[in-house]
Amino acid sequence: MESYVYKKINSMIFGMLSPDIVRKMACAKIVTPELFDKEGYPVDGGLMDVRLGVIDPGLRCKTCGGNLRDCMGHFGFLELARPIIHVKYADVILNFLRCTCRECGKLLTDKKMRIQIEDDEEQEVTEDDADVSTKKQVKGISTTLRNVKKCPHCQAKQHTIKVEKPTTYLEDDKRINPIDIRTRMEKVSDSDVAFLGLDPKFARPEWMILNVLPVPPVTIRPSITLETGERSEDDLTHKLGDIVRINQRLFENINAGAPEIIVEDLWDLLQYHVTTYFDNEISQVPPARHRSGQALRTLSERIKSKEGRFRHNLAGKRVNYAARTVITPDSKIELNEVGVPMEVAMELTTPERVTEWNMKRLKKFVEAGPKKYPGSNYVVRPDGRKKKITDETQEQLLEELQPGYLVERHLMDGDISIFNRQPSLHRMSIMAHRVKVLPGKSFRLNPAVCFPYNADFDGDEMNLHIPQTEEAKAEAETLMEVQTQIITPKNGTNVIGCSEDAITGNYVLTKFMKLSKEDAVQLLHSIGFYDTERFLTFKKTVDGKDIFSALLPEDLDFIGKSKSKQPVVIKEGMLIEGVIDQATIGQEKGELIRALVNNYGHTRTLQILGKIFRLGIASLGIYGFTTAISDTDLPKDVQEKCREAIYNAEKRVAQLIGQYESKELEPLPGQTLEATLEVKILEVLNKARQRIGEVVGEISDANNSTITMALAGAKGNLLNLAMIAACVGQQSLSGKRIDLGYRNRTLSMFNRGDLSPKARGFVRRGYKDGLTPEEFFMHSMTGRDSFMDLALRTPRSGYLYRRLESALQDIKVEYDNTVRDANHNIVQFKYGDDGLDVSKTDAGKIKVVKTMREVVGE
Amino acid sequence: MEEKQTIIKHVLVPQHVKLSEEQKQEVLKKYNISSKQLPRIKNDDPALKMIEVKIGDVIMIKRKSPTIGESEYYRVVVNG
Repeated sequence: MESYVYKKINSMIFGMLSPDIVRKMACAKIVTPELFDKEGYPVDGGLMDVRLGVIDPGLRCKTCGGNLRDCMGHFGFLELARPIIHVKYADVILNFLRCTCRECGKLLTDKKMRIQIEDDEEQEVTEDDADVSTKKQVKGISTTLRNVKKCPHCQAKQHTIKVEKPTTYLEDDKRINPIDIRTRMEKVSDSDVAFLGLDPKFARPEWMILNVLPVPPVTIRPSITLETGERSEDDLTHKLGDIVRINQRLFENINAGAPEIIVEDLWDLLQYHVTTYFDNEISQVPPARHRSGQALRTLSERIKSKEGRFRHNLAGKRVNYAARTVITPDSKIELNEVGVPMEVAMELTTPERVTEWNMKRLKKFVEAGPKKYPGSNYVVRPDGRKKKITDETQEQLLEELQPGYLVERHLMDGDISIFNRQPSLHRMSIMAHRVKVLPGKSFRLNPAVCFPYNADFDGDEMNLHIPQTEEAKAEAETLMEVQTQIITPKNGTNVIGCSEDAITGNYVLTKFMKLSKEDAVQLLHSIGFYDTERFLTFKKTVDGKDIFSALLPEDLDFIGKSKSKQPVVIKEGMLIEGVIDQATIGQEKGELIRALVNNYGHTRTLQILGKIFRLGIASLGIYGFTTAISDTDLPKDVQEKCREAIYNAEKRVAQLIGQYESKELEPLPGQTLEATLEVKILEVLNKARQRIGEVVGEISDANNSTITMALAGAKGNLLNLAMIAACVGQQSLSGKRIDLGYRNRTLSMFNRGDLSPKARGFVRRGYKDGLTPEEFFMHSMTGRDSFMDLALRTPRSGYLYRRLESALQDIKVEYDNTVRDANHNIVQFKYGDDGLDVSKTDAGKIKVVKTMREVVGE
Repeated sequence: MEEKQTIIKHVLVPQHVKLSEEQKQEVLKKYNISSKQLPRIKNDDPALKMIEVKIGDVIMIKRKSPTIGESEYYRVVVNG
């Protein structure tokens, strides 16, 4: 049985390993760089010594007797011929060298100074930020002490100490070798060590200079057997091999009484190897490489950064029962469904417990096996043993099956699944969908739920997970299913709604369309609406509004506004006034959808919404809707008005420039004459484009698809159309007209100091007319600017988001409406000052009049 | 001194009031917390220059709030 230990960690200490501890925890002394002998058996005292643990199946550990599964591995140790500085502590060593006397090892402070510092310390240290203040303090001490010239205790002269990165220390340009450093460290008293911020029980400064090196167990550096049968050793083993080899040579040379230069050279080499063993990415040190030239991945690199142990293996894990593939749209499936390819459905499984009552059904799945569709892949016995269903095991398992067993059967329609698209910035980036098994190789997704996932179909991939316990399934169903996410907690609007064609379709349907009774019934049938009673109420010709009304609940009363601020009135489930557009059914705006959620619940709303979506698309199909370049052909009179607007603007600008040149222009308060001119010119030019937008908007939308879409709020706006058809307008860089240029002009075809619109990036033509070379150049300038801006901003905002996420991850609203962190410290006394759940409000506001009307029942 | 006063009178600086011991206990009881769980304010905070405070005092801050007009916030004085 599993056992649990319920204990709270009281304290934790980070310390260093003393040489004694290293020797004590070691199970083997490493003496030779050889790994295997001629028979391929690990050498005793080598780096693959059998006492360090097992990595081959079938063998037993010589230390603990465990096999591959039980033995965690054991440390060994290596006696270093000469002391070696630990790179990661180089800064601390420097600090100690500077703060202590080179002769007597005492701290370079007299009594008075020390007492003063200690007083400061006592005052400063409050329990919460103790280590922050110690750090600050140690820094303060070391900056004062490094300039002390004479030891206040033994009067010895002190020299300035410099470092040559990473591990060479110079005292008045003479090198101090690690042996001397170590003896100096040994002289520092325990109280002085504590004064400099270390706890001498767990971290003596001399331990930062290594006499012995712990050799990690083979289990953390397993070798891989290649296809050719060759063994390939881990990077760490390679590095340790280098260290052992040089260490041996150093030993031999010292014992043979070799000249000092040779010994020193070897010593430096050993220092290099130990340094790169700890960290292979230190600047000033060339990284140790494989023979192929690839840098070795040593201790620090194993832990650090995104590919390191924490972020790669501990914070992010790979899971089973998941699938990933490309997504494609399918508006014929419900919003809370996901189309799953047959291949995926036969690989992913969901466990079902065998009972008396479902035995017959489950037996069929086992009988079908893994290769026929509604089948099963595994059977789990009550003791937890998992059996794969194969041709051999199938019969036996079938016989064995009885209540208490689990059958891992294939996915079937209606199973719950969790669907996700990265980056998961939102609660709505992970939602629960019902499985719908379909042919094909892609996940099918209703386009109405693209918005919360921020998905499109240009090659996006998404992940699917299958919950494996009843608890997980229940949780996914009640908390995560698509309909529970219609209203966003961000501002109380709907994240799921109609988009693009679905909006256009409903707009066209409710504004222009009239169908014969037969066609209307046909249309409604095609979207899955079969209420025959409703069809009986239809007259000979049916208005589009009545077709739309058929989908609504019969007792719905709704008063809202359309995008063009016209009233939309629904009374007793009948749309009697207004058109349906973005403002009623669109994403983040759909007032009608919010009203439906409030009055009829999210499940019913989702069904209605799915039908509205399909109705829109089907209506468009009947109506025959095409957008083309000819939509941007402006009528003669409109063209004339546009030309006039531009002409007037240019004339007005010329006037302004004239006034400026003759110094008649009145400067605006607080601005220079030049700035005033710029402001006025910009104003005139912007007004001109605005005017063009208005003129274009006057065209009727009855026979212009582009304008229909813009008015419905489906895609594009009138300004876009104006830019294509009439005039692109002023190009601006950081809010100003284009005024760069080395010689007082933007391009060489203009005169110096030309202030006219065309010389400063005013594009008077539309895209369809084509731009002149100057205009094209100006336009590409702003285009380049925004492209670069986006490219530079995206990774930055991603990192900012990651940091925010980490800082805020466990802040939550408690039952008493306070906002608290993980230690129950208060952050806000009442959530948002008013304690309101935003998702229960009307777009973040409480509409008093509306609520009153509902209560009074008017 | 002249300067300090003007800081406190600035429109963006909310009103800081020291709570009496009873009021403090009331707040702690209301939220069922110890004073350590309150948000902190350093004793050398410029906004506290004009009132006499000691460590452990609770300061009530009346802030303008976009949602309800005026909100109350409590912070405990700590050593800065």
